[in-house]
Parts: sequence; C-alpha cells; structure tokens
Amino acid sequence: MRIKEHPILGQFEKGRKIGFTMDGKAMEGFEDEPIAIALRSNGVMIHRHTTKRDEPRGIFCAIGRCTDCIMVVDGIPNVRTCVTPLKDGMAIETQKGAGPETQSGEKK
Amino acid sequence: MVSIGAGPAGLAAAIEAARNNVGVVVYDENNKPGGQLFKQIHKFFGSKEHRAKVRGIRIGEELLKEARELGVEVVLDSVVLGIYANNTLNVMVRDHLEQVKGERTLIATGASENMVPFPGWTLPGVIGAGAAQTMANIHGIKPGNRVLIVGSGNVGLVVAFQLLQAGCEVAAVIDAAPTIGGYGVHASKVARYGVPFFMSHTIKEAHGKDMVEGATIVEVDDTWAPVPGTEKKYDVDTICMAVGLNPMTQLLRMSGCSMVHEPGLGGLVPAHDINQETSIKNIYVAGDASGIEEASTAIIEGRIAGLAIANSLGYLDDDAFSEQRKIQLKSMKGLRSGGHGEMRGKAKKRLNSAIEG
Repeated sequence: MRIKEHPILGQFEKGRKIGFTMDGKAMEGFEDEPIAIALRSNGVMIHRHTTKRDEPRGIFCAIGRCTDCIMVVDGIPNVRTCVTPLKDGMAIETQKGAGPETQSGEKK
Repeated sequence: MVSIGAGPAGLAAAIEAARNNVGVVVYDENNKPGGQLFKQIHKFFGSKEHRAKVRGIRIGEELLKEARELGVEVVLDSVVLGIYANNTLNVMVRDHLEQVKGERTLIATGASENMVPFPGWTLPGVIGAGAAQTMANIHGIKPGNRVLIVGSGNVGLVVAFQLLQAGCEVAAVIDAAPTIGGYGVHASKVARYGVPFFMSHTIKEAHGKDMVEGATIVEVDDTWAPVPGTEKKYDVDTICMAVGLNPMTQLLRMSGCSMVHEPGLGGLVPAHDINQETSIKNIYVAGDASGIEEASTAIIEGRIAGLAIANSLGYLDDDAFSEQRKIQLKSMKGLRSGGHGEMRGKAKKRLNSAIEG
C-alpha cells in the first residue's frame, strides 16, 4: 500500500523503521508516522468495534476530527490513531466500545 | 493579535500583522502548520499574482518561510476550546490549559467535510476526500486499490487525479447533479485516464461485512429520486466522499457574532465587514470559516485582516493601510469573477452589508 515513487512528490521522508504490536501480533512501521498509517501499511482496516451494535470502524477523516479510528494504545483507550505518532514497541489493540472497561463486550 | 488556525488565512494574517510590528501568536490543533495547503500537490489557478501554476505545497512552504522570518510564533498541538467574555480564549496547549487574550482575535478555523449517509457508509473503506489526500500526499500510502469517487466538484476531481498519481485505480466519479461541478480542466485530466463519469447518479449502498468490498450506484431523476433498474455495481475497496465543505464556525457562534445563512458559502457564516471584522468588536474572521472559497481567496482575506488589525492597533497609518488594502481587494476581484467566483463574491457582499447595514 505504500507509494514507492510518487510522480510529483518523489519519495516520502520517513523516520527509522521500528517494531510494534497489533493485538499481540508483531508489525513494522516508521517512527513518528501516524499509527493509523503504519497499521494500514500492514493491511489493518478495522480499528474498533462500536459499543451497541459491534460494528467495525476504521480510518474516516484521517485528521483527528471524527474519532472513528480510536484504539487502545499502550493500555490507554480512545487514542486517535490518525494523529498519534507511532513509537518503538507500542502495543496497539482493537478497541471495543468505550475501551478497556467495556472491552469484555458489556453494553452500556 | 491571536490567530486561531495556521492555515493559509491565519498565516497570511499573521504575516501582514507581524510585518507591521504587531505581536502575533498563532494556535493550531495540528502538529504541523499550513492547514490543508500541504495536501494540494496540484497547480493553482488564476493569474500570476494568484500564484497560478504554482503547486499548493510550494505556496505553503513560502508562507511558512515568510512567517518564520518575521518571527511569528506558531503554537502547535493546541486546541482553542472556547471564547468567553472580553474575547478571552481557553487554549488546551498540549497537556495543559492556558487562558489567552489578544487585543485582536482572528478566527481562521477553516472548514470540515460534508457527508452523505447511505447503507454501509460507516464501513472501513469509506473515507472523506481529505483523508484520501492526507494518506496519499502526506503519508505516502494508498487509501485503497480501487476507488469510487462520490462528488464531481473541484475537490472530487482533484482527489481523483491525485489518487491516480498515487497509483490507485479510480473506478468512476459520480455526482447526483446533472453536470460536472468542478473546473473543466480538472475533469479533463481525470477523463484522459479513461475514468468514467456518471452524472445524475448517487450511491445506493456500500457492500461488505467488515470493510468495503463493493458499491452500488443508481441514477436519480430530476427530483433526485433513484430510478429503479438503473443500478450498477462496482468492485471497489474504497469509497471516497467529496460532497462539499462547511465552515467551522463553532467559536464564531460562541463569540455571539451575527451569522447569516448563505448556502453558496456553505451554510451559516459570520457577517463581516470589508476588513474581515465580525459584528463583535476586535474579532476578525478569514478563510473558509467565513464562507467556503479557495486557498487563494483565504490568503487574501487573511492579508486584509492582518493589515486591518495593524491599522486598528496604530501600527499602520490610514493612508498606507488604504493603499495596501486596495491592492488586496483588486487581487480578490479577479478571483471572485466568472461562474462560481461571482456567485461567491455576491454572497460576500451580502455578508458585508449585513454588518454595515
């Protein structure tokens, strides 16, 4: 999914390659790029499931406005992954409902 | 002067004010200044003075350089939460709250995207046009492999072309309106790639359980009602919505300034005078927050606001102000002529007269 050579922009400047986990699975991305971009480059589409209807959600606005892409990052829920920089060793989890307290699927 | 927003309007205002020795601070919620300019990798229109044939990213770089050289302070990752009595602002600066009051406040918050809901529109794979630009032009990742573009205004057309440049396949561009909304030159670039255009078509539904796996479009009649039997199904993994923008006026409304409904400018917009000042003294507005136009008009509005602020604070004498404003207004006139431009120009005049009475 990454653009190798863009006809106008050439190559994209990225940080160093680092490792992180997504629901426990090891993945690679570039330091300080948005978490959502690293996830997408690893083929991840679903970021969370909604509280009431358990529907999948992913990237929608990509600029931190809609909050559709929120996930649990290093144990903290509701992190906007499209505007949060990726760091080495981050543990990223699919969010269920409002986050860890309801992660068991309990309906609020 | 405090500017809320470091996009084209906020930066241009900051530059003019700082050039005239006004102390300026600019807040922006993003981690980089420039607003949406750095996603505009296409060449701009207009005449030479409007930076025609220059790509948006270049214009952004130039504005930033100018602002930096003039010592404009840009505070990033900072969200202005509210505007209170005496134009006091509460600003969430990264992890703490600050109370700020400028002698003059410029609200240059820009716009947010419109959406049309349809069955399946919440599926991963349905994105806004801005998201497509952010992913492809800033972060260097394809939003999808095969994309349906909903909306044929300039944003839809420009994004369709940029997705082609990024290496995506564009399945079709559709629009409920009977004719293409954007400039012919943008539409032609997309058409030359062989992308089909379906006018008088809307999206009926997105298919897929966990993510977009396809989309069905349907023709609409002249009452916008779907025509049964005209459905076409596309195998796409991405549906990109480019169905207009609306001004981000939350802070303006909170300030209590008078608002006017102007559908041609994107909805409810603040009345403002020729100097970009709203009905509330010392609160100015510029760019898309004062009505949806273009980056080039946002820059001019910003410059006018910056000059007016410098003048009102006594840093720029009346003659020099009037002379410099005249140059900006003349430049603006060129952008507010012909087709869409003229319609927006007239709407802007009504906003001016709503203040001046």
